[in-house]
This record gives sequence, structure tokens and C-alpha cells, in this order.
Amino acid sequence: MAVTTRTDDAGTPTATPPRQAGDGRRAGRAGDAGVNVLSHVVLIGWSVMVLVPFAWALLASVKTSGEIFGSPWSLPESFQWSNFASAWDKGVGQYLLNSVIVVTGGVVLTMLLGSMAAYVLARYRFPGNRFVFYLFAAGMMFPVFLAIVPLFFVVQNLGMLSTYQGLILVYVAYSLPFTVFFMHAFFKTLPTSVAEAAFMDGCSHAGVFFRVMLPMAKPGLLSIGIFNVIGQFNQFVLPQFLSPEKPVLAQGIATLLASQRYEGDWGALFAALTIAMVPVVVVYLLFYRQVQAGLTSGTLK
Amino acid sequence: MRHGQYRFIVGFLVLPLALYAIFVISPFVQAFYYSLTNWTGVSPQFDFIGLQNFQTLTQDSLFLRAVRNNLVLLVGMPLTVILLALFYAFLLNVGGAGSGVGVRGVRGSGFYKLAFFIPQVLSVPVIAVIWAVMLDPTPTGLVNSAARRVGFGGSGWLADPNLALYCVLWVLVWGSVGFYLVLFNAAMSSIPRDIYEAAVIDGAGRVATFFRVTVPLLWDTIQTSWVYLAILALDVYALVAVMTPGPGGPANATQVISLQIAQNGFQFGRAGYASAMGVVLFFFTLIIAAIMLRATRRQRIEY
Repeated sequence: MAVTTRTDDAGTPTATPPRQAGDGRRAGRAGDAGVNVLSHVVLIGWSVMVLVPFAWALLASVKTSGEIFGSPWSLPESFQWSNFASAWDKGVGQYLLNSVIVVTGGVVLTMLLGSMAAYVLARYRFPGNRFVFYLFAAGMMFPVFLAIVPLFFVVQNLGMLSTYQGLILVYVAYSLPFTVFFMHAFFKTLPTSVAEAAFMDGCSHAGVFFRVMLPMAKPGLLSIGIFNVIGQFNQFVLPQFLSPEKPVLAQGIATLLASQRYEGDWGALFAALTIAMVPVVVVYLLFYRQVQAGLTSGTLK
Repeated sequence: MRHGQYRFIVGFLVLPLALYAIFVISPFVQAFYYSLTNWTGVSPQFDFIGLQNFQTLTQDSLFLRAVRNNLVLLVGMPLTVILLALFYAFLLNVGGAGSGVGVRGVRGSGFYKLAFFIPQVLSVPVIAVIWAVMLDPTPTGLVNSAARRVGFGGSGWLADPNLALYCVLWVLVWGSVGFYLVLFNAAMSSIPRDIYEAAVIDGAGRVATFFRVTVPLLWDTIQTSWVYLAILALDVYALVAVMTPGPGGPANATQVISLQIAQNGFQFGRAGYASAMGVVLFFFTLIIAAIMLRATRRQRIEY
């Protein structure tokens, strides 16, 4: 098609179409240019709508509270870097540390357990295989709020409210459905011949998984790994109810908003917001292909 | 060998399944059970009261208000998101210069996808805080001062009971369009080019190609998206909890089911009653998924 288009652009005179058709084509091209410009105008319009709030939030992190509300569209008189210090004093450092610990543990364990389950379900036939797979897959559809009240008491009875291990285990359990679903599809597509060769060489089942299949699944692991890092870092509902005394960063942001309604230190709030946004945006910009592929693949099937 | 294989299968499945059973399946099952009791969540004793919780729910004006608000979001959000995302995906794919209908994408489509998607990777509280402050009801708030500059009067936005729910709706739409744009775009680019070429040869213009070729071929994806967005609209919590005054205010204008579950379950000591609300939410989800998948079913086109 690209070829056709090119001859079309360059070779209209030699093609000598009937005059009427030629006129139509010329009108069509003017229309094309119009559509093209209009497309860009609309698309840039929405980009601005998306980007301006974030840019504005970044800018607000170095403004005074008076400037944020009094002259929201103007640049700050002087950059208030102290906002970051006061955000840190309000506990953002601790929230960030909590998030990092929980997400690190959560993602490592999710990837390990998720790919183990997915691998067995994708590569071995045994009674109940389908049932277990659908049990996991069903978890993607259920509303979390159906479970939240009983879940609180389950975690409480285990003595794990407001603990790292409690949050990690819950994060893993709620990340498993999508991880298993995604890695299951991925393991299905990997060739069997390499695994067979490894079996011939006397490798055990677990050995084949860890030494052969897992390294082969790296692209899939990367996609779903980044997806889980972002997803667990952004998790708000689960820690909100299960970890009130050890807040993660997303909770901390919400708490800070509530307290600024009285304290009025809005600069610090936006500094905290910046601390929460920048790492995720950097990860996103570095890996945006994997992020977009990972996030959308679950819906596409 | 065979024996070793079963040991291996069990060994690999036992931990993930155990975690999943303890933290996901058991709470879901318990919710159904507790919904039939008057459990407070505090005392270890409770009675089995049948469907009484559900009867109370039908009289609970706050809960009914929440259901109504969820329904507004349920109708408004998926429709707006899908239309906008389809429209943008259309522009990305067929708005390009040159005369190849339905073939050339606009220049810089990579940038647009990159930008549109950003809200999807940030946590809901971050988005909620930014919008809560931007929609500041005072005349000098960001949106208000911008509106004034182009000649509109200011508004109370989230502080206005008539507008608050639509502000929530807008932020949901704003945050979701990018994801579905990328999704539709991926689905569109998997449509074989010769179908478009055939359409061009048959004299179809951009618009006709889009509605007669692209949309029917995307139907499966659109349908799935609809179900996902509907679930999102029913399950909305963080945005309302962080962004609205109260939360759920002003005057319960943004009250939603999830907020009611959290309040009854954790503040009012009505864990059984909250579980009943969860069960209602579950059936809403189920019904909507079934309706969407049935009502919008079409012949699946293979290519």
C-alpha cells in the first residue's frame, strides 16, 4: 500500500485519470491535509490536557502555598526547595521506605510464585489443571470490595495488620491472577525442544524450570514484572484497610491531603506528590513499550 | 518418573495456591456467609439472620443513593471513554497526510501514545490530589482562573453538589482514555492491511472505512473494554475517598457503594451488613458482565 501511495503522490500527471476523477482526487488531497492538521490539533489538545496537570503539580512543589492558590498559572517568585524537606519531615521518607520494602518483597515473591504456578499449569497435564487455572483467572474479575471486610479479619487473625509481611503476602495473592494468566500464555508459546533436551541430559523438573524455561521467559517476566512494580507501588485500597499504622506512599499522599486542609502547607504536599510521581514516570519512560504491552495484553485476549 | 512429576506439580502449586486460597478465595466466600449474619466485626458472637440485611438495604436511602451514583458512573464512564479512545485511535491511524485511506497514521503517534497513557501508571491518590487542588472552588483556583480568563464564570466543582459527581466522572474518563487508546491502537494495527486496500479500491473514504471496516473488526476488543470499564465504575473507591469532601460529599452527592462498605464495615461496626453490600456489588458486576457480553454479541470475524 505504501508503494501505491507513493506513485499516487508523485505520479498523478502520468497516470492521467479521467478529469472528473482527477478533480475529486485533488479535492480529496486538500481534505486529507485538513484532516491531518485537525487530527494533530485534537491530539495535541488532549496531550495538553493530560500533561498540564502533572507539569503544574511539579511546578507547585517549588511554590509557596499562597502562590499555588493565589496565582496558580505563574512561575514561583523563588524556588521553594524547602518544600521537599518539610515533606520529608511529615513522614514521606518513612512512607517511601515502607513502599519500597513492600513492593520489593511483593514483586519478587509474585514473580517467583506466579511463574511457578503458570509454568506447571501451562506445561503439565494433570487432573484439576483447568480448574486451578480458571480459579486464578476468575480472580481478575471479582470486585475487591466484596472481600475487603472479611480480608481485614483474616489478616487480623494472623496478627499481620500493619506489618510488612502481611502486606507483602496480600499483594502477592492479589497479583497472582493476572501474573499467572499472563505467564501461562507466555510459557505456552515457548518451544518444547529445549526443555526435552535438558530432560535427556538428566535435568530434574525443577532444574528445567529454573535453568531453562525461566531464562527463556525473560521478555515476559520483564513485562509482567514492571507491571507488578507499578501496580503494587500504586496500590491504595489494600494498604488503606490492612496497614493503617504503616502507611505506604499512596496512603501517605492521601493522608497529607487531608491534613493540609487544616495545616495549609500545600507546597509540602506537592513535594510529596513529586516524590511519588517521579520514580514511576521514570520507570514508565524507560520501559514504556513493556508497560503498555503488559498492561493491555490482559484485556486484549 | 511419573511419581516424581506429581511431586513436582504439587510442590510448585502448593504455595501460590495456599496464598491465593487464604487471602483471596476465603474472604470472598466468607463475605457471602457474613452477609446473612448480624456480625459486628468486633464481638465473636453473631446470629444468622437470613436475608434481613438485604431487606434493610432496600430501605437504606444512603445505600440507594450510592447505587444511583454508581449507575451514573456506570453509564457515563464506559461510553465516554470508549468513544473518546476510539476517536483518538481513529485520528492516530487514519489522520495522516497523504491519500492512503485508513493506512497512514499521523506523524508523532508514538509521542501521543506515550503522553495519553501517563495517568494510567500513577496511583489514584496522586491523581486525586492534583485534581482536588486544580478544581479548587475559590476564584483563584487553577481551573476557575483559567475559565475566567476565557470568559466563563467560576464554579464550585467538587464543592457543588450538582457538579461533584460529574467531576469524579471526568477524572475517571481523563485517567482511562489513554489506556484504551493504546489498547484499540494495538488491536487496529493487527488488522491486515489488504482489508484496507480492498476498502480503498472499493472507493470507501476515511470515515466509511472506519465505521464499516475498523469498528466491526474491533468489536471483540470494544466489548471486553466495556466490561472492564463497567467493573471499574462499580468498584470506584480511591478517587472518591481521596478527592471528595467527606468523603462522599458534598451532601452525599458522590456517595458510592465501596465507600458505604468501608464505612459500615470498619467504622459503624456492621461487618455483616457491609458484606451484604459487597454481595450486591458482586451481583451487579456479574449481571453487567453477562448483559454486556450478550447484548453486544456479534459474529466474530476471524482474519
